[in-house]
Amino acid sequence: MNPTPVLQLREVRKQFGSNVVLDSINLDVHQGDVFALIGASGSGKSTLLRCINLLEQLDDGQIWLSGDDISTPSIDVDKVRARIGVVFQQFNLFPHLSVLRNITLAATEVFGTSPAEATERAMYLLKRVGLADKAKDFPDRLSGGQQQRVALVRAIATDPEVLLLDEITSALDPELVGEVLDLVRQLKDDGTTIVMATHEMDFAREVSDQVVFLDRGMIHEQAHPEQLFGSPEKERTREFLRRFTNRS
Amino acid sequence: MAQNTPHPAGAEAWRPSSVELGRQAFRKKQNARSVAISFGSTLVFAIVVYFTIINTPGWERVQNSFFNLEVVAQAWPRVIEGLWLNVRVLVVAAIGVLVVALLLATLRTLRGPVFFPLRALAAGYTDLFRGMPLIIVLYLVGFGIPGLGALPRMPLEFWGTIALILTYSAYVSEVFRAGIESVHPSQRLAARSLGLSYGKTLRLIVMPQAVRKVTPALMNDFIAMQKDVGLISVLGAVDAVRAAQIETAQAFNFTPYVLAGLLFVLLALPMIRLTDWYSARLREREQAGSTV
Repeated sequence: MNPTPVLQLREVRKQFGSNVVLDSINLDVHQGDVFALIGASGSGKSTLLRCINLLEQLDDGQIWLSGDDISTPSIDVDKVRARIGVVFQQFNLFPHLSVLRNITLAATEVFGTSPAEATERAMYLLKRVGLADKAKDFPDRLSGGQQQRVALVRAIATDPEVLLLDEITSALDPELVGEVLDLVRQLKDDGTTIVMATHEMDFAREVSDQVVFLDRGMIHEQAHPEQLFGSPEKERTREFLRRFTNRS
Repeated sequence: MAQNTPHPAGAEAWRPSSVELGRQAFRKKQNARSVAISFGSTLVFAIVVYFTIINTPGWERVQNSFFNLEVVAQAWPRVIEGLWLNVRVLVVAAIGVLVVALLLATLRTLRGPVFFPLRALAAGYTDLFRGMPLIIVLYLVGFGIPGLGALPRMPLEFWGTIALILTYSAYVSEVFRAGIESVHPSQRLAARSLGLSYGKTLRLIVMPQAVRKVTPALMNDFIAMQKDVGLISVLGAVDAVRAAQIETAQAFNFTPYVLAGLLFVLLALPMIRLTDWYSARLREREQAGSTV
């Protein structure tokens, strides 16, 4: 196993005005790890993902992607983002492009892959997720679950070093959540490195290697899922989990 | 009981119930009545208008000097020839407007302090040419620029085309800008997350969606420009309007103007219908419910 973490965060800080959103965040994500970020709304889960993807500028700390410091201002942000896959809550597929083109876009436009090669790879992935027959369709013809699966395929089509999932099932009807989570399981089995913000506690417990509980911008507790869900050490974690299990 | 047995699949097994048949018959009757009423009222209105105009004291004189078929026959070839000039100017101007307007809109959406001069320039341009009457732009460009003597002599319609491009690109750039800004920020976000550069995001993701959204507005501006092309006649270019003016002066009769006007309407009609059709189609698609 590669000793260099795929993703390494040291003392990451982010504030909006005087409001501190992330404070002293340290993380080491290794090849094939699945990290689940849990915490209440506004605890900083999404902001953390946005910082990793350089959509937000850090106020302090450093982030390394496979050993490269991506928090240095001289970095080419487009090159970094090309190495990271992101899936959003609202899918954000491009409505004017076919499913196939949505998937091949980054390959042909960013990596300079030939259209034939990109199409072949996209069709292979679509076949794997059972959406090969939708390749020519436009996103608005697909169900929410299908759209989110396409968004996942789009994110992994160029073999990113890490996949960031930002509450990808939160906008889905309950009966569509399963098919999306199945695909995430499949990606984990393929050895994809994943950092996901989620409200699906059962799913986090099942697939993740580490669960990170964020509270008011700080990592309050981080542990193996059995440990964190089974016998959380901190009172605040217990309180959060209690509220969550009561709700669902 | 028939209702309790599972319904056989396929539409051929379905027979409308007596209730549904009754509703259909009622709707049919209502519909027939509505059509009859609207047809009747339109007819009555047309007859009233016709007889009112016919019975005005000056009708005969007006008919003779505005709707004179002999004058039409005489003026026809020259006006048509003029209209051909309008069409050519229109095509060139439309292409020019699209190019300049896209450039202006792109400049105005650039962010960052570095681009302030470009943004300010584009904003000043649209302010100036949206505010200034086209006819004044025509005079200034058509008589002013050749007056400088720095450029080779160009036909009058060349300067008319330039003036049209200047004025209409200011309007159309605002339409494009509205379109660009109407594309949801999450689309840029998704594109940038894939590693696409600012320029590629604009070109591949934002612009295609923006153009689609503003196409009806663009087509409407095109229709407006189609008739404003007739204003190049003030420079002396012999277009349909100018030709009609010449024919009017020769025949002491206004019919050539009516002829030119009707020809402009005929020219605009396909575009007007196309715009309506496209808007309706777009509305249909949007109501089908896309998520992004």
